Formats: sequence, structure tokens, C-alpha cells
Amino acid sequence: MWEAILSPDFFSSMLRTATPILFATLGAGIAAKAGITNMALEGIMLFSALFGVIFSSLTQSAWLGLLITVVIGGLMGLILAFIVLNLKTDEILAAVAINLMATGGTVLIMVAFSGDRGVSSSIRSVSAPMVVIPFIEQIPFIGKVISGQNVLTWLALLAVLVLHLFLYRTPLGLSIRAVGENKNAAESVGISSRRIQYIALILSGALASAGGFYLSGGYMNMFTKDMSSGRGFIALAASSMGGNTPVGGLLVSLLFGVAQAFANIMQLLSLMPYEIILMVPYLTTLVGLGVYYYTQKKRKERLSGK
Amino acid sequence: MLQMNHIMKIYGNGVVANEDVSLELRRGEIHALLGENGAGKSTLMKVLFGIEMPDQGEILLKGAPVTIRSPQNAISLGIGMVHQHFMLVPSLTVAENIILGVTPKKGLFIDRDKALSAAEGIAREYNFDIDVRQRVEEIPVGIKQKVEILKALYRGAEILILDEPTAVLTPQETDELFVQLVQLKKKGHTIIFISHKLDEIKKICDRATIMRNGRSMGTYEVADITTQEMSKLMVGREVSLQFEKNACRLSDQVLLRVRNLTVHNSQGVLKIDDISFDVKGGEILGIAGVEGNGQTELVDALTGLNKKYRGEISVKGKDIRPLSIAQIRDLSLAHIPEDRMASGCAGNLSIRENLFSNQYRSPEFSGKQFLKMKAIERRSDELIQEYKIKCSSRRQNVAMLSGGNIQKVIVAREFSTDPDIIIANQPTRGIDVGAAEFIRQRLLAFRDAGCAVILVSADLTEIFSLSDRLAVMYKGKFAGFFTDVANVSEEELGQHMLGIKKAEVLEGVVYE
Repeated sequence: MWEAILSPDFFSSMLRTATPILFATLGAGIAAKAGITNMALEGIMLFSALFGVIFSSLTQSAWLGLLITVVIGGLMGLILAFIVLNLKTDEILAAVAINLMATGGTVLIMVAFSGDRGVSSSIRSVSAPMVVIPFIEQIPFIGKVISGQNVLTWLALLAVLVLHLFLYRTPLGLSIRAVGENKNAAESVGISSRRIQYIALILSGALASAGGFYLSGGYMNMFTKDMSSGRGFIALAASSMGGNTPVGGLLVSLLFGVAQAFANIMQLLSLMPYEIILMVPYLTTLVGLGVYYYTQKKRKERLSGK
Repeated sequence: MLQMNHIMKIYGNGVVANEDVSLELRRGEIHALLGENGAGKSTLMKVLFGIEMPDQGEILLKGAPVTIRSPQNAISLGIGMVHQHFMLVPSLTVAENIILGVTPKKGLFIDRDKALSAAEGIAREYNFDIDVRQRVEEIPVGIKQKVEILKALYRGAEILILDEPTAVLTPQETDELFVQLVQLKKKGHTIIFISHKLDEIKKICDRATIMRNGRSMGTYEVADITTQEMSKLMVGREVSLQFEKNACRLSDQVLLRVRNLTVHNSQGVLKIDDISFDVKGGEILGIAGVEGNGQTELVDALTGLNKKYRGEISVKGKDIRPLSIAQIRDLSLAHIPEDRMASGCAGNLSIRENLFSNQYRSPEFSGKQFLKMKAIERRSDELIQEYKIKCSSRRQNVAMLSGGNIQKVIVAREFSTDPDIIIANQPTRGIDVGAAEFIRQRLLAFRDAGCAVILVSADLTEIFSLSDRLAVMYKGKFAGFFTDVANVSEEELGQHMLGIKKAEVLEGVVYE
């Protein structure tokens, strides 16, 4: 078993499975920083997985397909923002509605497009390319891990850096953090909290949709029914565990990648019943959340004890 | 510098918060705005800071009329406000809080060096000793307040409103604040200092405008007016209420016994400092005092809401510390809470449900599995009639009623158990005269029937006319205690309330 874990395949599979969760986690993080729990990530991912297949097939270009999907993801964030901020609906209820709409809506659209009910294999879509890095590829262990990853994996890592700079180095990022923590304080210095929360939710939707695109255009090459399978919810937990920061989100996403890669190995070696292995990512979420909230509680006690 | 002329503000619920109030500020003075809670100080300042629009009156800034529509508007006119509840973002640094909303930029990014030097610069300019790199969540309250002041100054405030700034400070921090306020004054800033602490006003203010019941009682040079005169203007008794009050017939039994009660709040601040007293059946013990001097904490301890106290409280000879709130209530103790919406009722439940929420366990209203709806409905209808609760039906949500009727629901509920001890905290605050009168009559009736009543009230008229004995709370202690309430003058009471006079010996507090 250890052989399998220490192989380059293990690490490469970790990065591969972490990618969609990382995108969604970043989306959850930026919404949380602005003071909103974006539970609609799951539905946005699912819609985006389908739209990715459809638009990359229509345009016959992975890049155009990604661009259109991300724009639609941003629009879904905007719709959520409108429902929550203008129509004053509870943010959880609005998200549940979007998620349910995604479950049924994606099947409906898929049937309309391809006639299939379960998988979109009949749609001829174009997947995002893999990145083979010439020289690094030659390096024994690392080469196999790093080279040959999907271009979206690299985009996700780049997004961590960009988002970090955005949140901590730009005036808009500062405003987002201020609104999320103390809305009254932000408004008292003339920041429009509504505008800030709109921006955060649009970005959140766009990031999650990139994760959704990856599911059907990188991880796999087609759309299957309910293929987001809870990743949007896992991302909420992951983001929370990472303190809603981009770098924290990256680390926790990698942890989930490890859990998933581990599950894959267990499955290959059939050390455990398949059903138990399927539980691994969700168990990781539960345990991780428990540990996270315990440390948070301790931290709060320390601060108030001062 | 600034004139507010004939300001009138009536809130949507018909409360007249300001009636023909005028305030005039001179450049470079510290101007006290003095008055009890509810006197209209906050409303006047909300008008000045653009949070509320006045219904009548005008504001002149440097001689020119201005309309202040929003806090941003006020800030751009050079008016800054330090709220009692700080408007700071905890996880950001001091510097980030100061520049928030007016962030210096370098390209796309925040110019961090400039932000730091700007924050440090303004702190140095005004001699504030603050490390601007620290996170706000890690600094003590006194420093947070300085950050708030710096925030206002950074935005160019010439007039600075401080809303009860010393309420949250330790004495040392208060002294330090005063030094800084005097410095600000010397630099030409004008400061409005809201307070009801007369010694502080004497110490640093130049002039004082005194408010009472939404009206201005005039502006005085602080040097020319004594604290006694100030307290008289601030407290002052309105026309006395006329009651047919029977002579007090005390029972032999001490129903409520409190010994050496000491309470610290969650921040560790001493709120009740070694209080002892007794209450017998058949009397009303009035507790007066400016709000925040320990009354809330006292009631919380007496009713079992807070168990973190030292000392002993016993009801009918039983120590209540190990008892649950339900068990304490079972000793026939009723509690009318201070905040009727927060802890007095469940606003989204019906009148009927609220009326029996303290008795749903009793066999009279509850069978083994189900509630006895018929008995409950009969009882609700009786109470609605008896207490003249104005409503469309017993199924109406309590939150839909007027303040006075909500209070009647609570009072009806508490009194319907026929209690032996009543703890009434501000029972008539903010309700109409008729309902208030009704509740006062009921309290007197219970007293005549041999019930022990504790009445905490900010309404001095009420305290004077109902109490048989009277305690005045100041900084967690009884600063005065009177067994002969009829002969207490309002001046004397005011002086005890404001801590000018303190009784050395408290006679008649305990029956022993």
C-alpha cells in the first residue's frame, strides 16, 4: 500500500481531484469574506459542468467554452445576489432553490440538447488541454506529478495567488473584508455594503463555475447527471476550515485531494468495501470541521481572556 | 461655529424625542450635553450626524444653513462621531481601520507605506500613543476609542461628538482621554461631550446644555453652575401622581433576603458591590438610579438569570443559587423584565400562548400529552378582559400590539399566578399613561394583599409615589436609602443618583 501512496501517480491524482474543490473553495471564501454563505456553489458547479460541455461543443473551443461558462457562473452569482440583497430572501433558502433547479434543470437541458438522460457522451465537446512541461517532465518523480496536469489545475493555483493579492492588497479587497466583518463600520465610512456583496457573489459564482467546467472538461470528458456530487458543499466546509482565506483554502483542498487519492488506491487494492471508501471525502469534511471549530473556540477563549 | 435652532423630532410611533431644542457651539470648546437616558440627547446628535432628519428647525454651520442627510454628509462637513458601540473591524489593523474607505492607492494596490505613515502621522500629530500595526481585536477598549477618534480626525472632523465616551473606560483610561480631549480643544477642535456624570463635566467641559424630557433646560457656563443646580435641572420632578395609597401593613416574614451580593459582568467589571437588603410582605421597595449603575445586574441575580454572583440570595428562606429559574418561579416569584420585546414575550406567538407561557406545566392547563385548550382559552379571555388588553382576538400575535398592550400581556401573565414576590423592572417604560396607571394600581393592590414588591424604575415620579422604602443605586452600591419616602426631596434624590452625596450608614436596609 505504501508503495502506491508514495508513487507519483498518487500526488498527481491528488492535484487532479483537488482542482474542482479548490475553485469552489475560493468561491466560498470570497463570499464568506463579504459576509455571505454561498451555498449555491453546488448548483452553480453542476450547471457549469453542463454548460461547459455544451458551449465548448458549440464553439469547438475549450477556451471559448470556459469563458462563456465562467460568465454564466458570474451571472448566477449576480442572480443569487439580487435574490438575497434586493429581494431580501434568506441566503440559504435562495441557494437551496438554485441547487434544486440545477438538479432538474441540467437533465432537462441535456435531454433537449442530446436526447440523453444520464450522460452527455453524444455531445462532441472539446476538453481543456493538458500542460506538458518539456524539461520538468524529465525529472524523475516530480516531473510525473507536475507535468501533464490539466491547464485548469494551473489556473486554479494561479487563482489562489491572484485572489490573495486581491483580498489583502487592493482597496476593494479591504472593503470586502470590512463589510464581512462589521457591516455597520464599513457603511459608517461610506462603503456601500450592497455593492461590495454583489461583487463578491459574482466573483464567487465565476470561480465555482470554473470548477464545474473542470469536472466535465478536464477531470472527465462528458457531463453526467449530478456530477458535482456534493463538491460545492465540501467546498463550503473546506473554505471555513481554511479560515476563508485563499491560501488556507488551497491547503484544505489539497487535504481533500489526498483523501480522494487515498480512496482511489483503496479501491484499486480493494482493501475495504467500496461503499466505505466512497465515504472518505465526506468523513474528512466532518472530522476537519470538528477540528477546525475546536481550534477556533480555543482561539476565541484566548483572545477574550486577554 | 455651529447652531442648531428649534429642532423638533417626532418618531413614527408618536414619541416626541426633541421639542424646540436649540444648541450653539463655539469653536474650540468642550460642550457637555447632559441629561438622563431618554432625555433626547441621542436624538439631537443623530440629527446633527445625519442619521435622523429633523421635522422642524435649522442647522447653521459657520453661519450658513446646511442640510445633513447622511453620516457621509456630516463627515464631509467636518463633523465626526464616536459611537458608544465602536464602528471598527476587529481583524484589520489600526492603520487599516483608520484609512478604510479613503484608502491611498498605488496602481491597483493599496499603498501600504503611505497608509501606515498617514496613520502614524495623524497619531503623532495629536499625541496618541498607538501602534498602528496592531490588530484592533488585540487592543484594549481604551485604545479602540482612540482609534475611533483618530478615524474621525483623519477624515477632517472639526466637530467631534463623543457619545458617553467614559462609560466603557477604566478611571485611568478616562484620565488619559481627558488629557487628549483638552489637547484637541487647544488645536481648535470643538467637542460635544455626552454624559450624565457631573464630576466629569465639571472637570473638562466649558459649557453645558442640559436636557430633560426632550426639551432643553438651557445652556450654562460650567464654572458658574454647581453640580447641585445641574442635577436639579436634569432630574426634576414632574407633577406628582395622585394615588389612594393605604398605610403600609408589613407582614412578619422576610420574603426576600439579600446578603453581601457582589456581581462582576462578563468583562470582569464590578457591577454590584456588596449589597445587602431585606423585603417583607406588604411593602414596595423602590430602586432608583441612573441606568447602568447595577440595576439590571441586580434583577438578573434576584430572578436566577445570572448565577455568577458572590453572596447570598434567599426567597422565603430558601437559597436560590441551586434552583433553576422554574423552581425559583415556583416559590411564587414573578418577574416583569426590563426589555419587553427581548425577554418579556415571544413576539411571534399569540396573546393566548404568551399569557400561559409560565403555566403550561400546571395540571390546570396541561394533561398528560396534550394541552387543555379549552381551559387555556377560557383563562386567556378572562385575562384579556381583566387587564383590558386591546386586541382583535386572543390569537393575534403579541408583536402586533402597541407597547402598552404588550406590557399588559406580560403583566397579566406574571400576576395571574398570584405571586408573593414581584420583581418589576421598568414596568411602565414607554407606554401610554392609561396603561401605566393601570399597572401601578395593580402593583399597589398586590402590596396591600401582602406581596413583596421590588420596583426598579427610571421614572422618579413613579418611584416617589409607589415606594414604601427607597434605595438609590450608584456604581453598584446603595448611595442612599430612605425609609421615609414622603420627606425625600427631589434634589436630595438627584444628588444621590449622581453620586454627589453618598450615605455613610444605610439605616433600615435589613430587618434584624
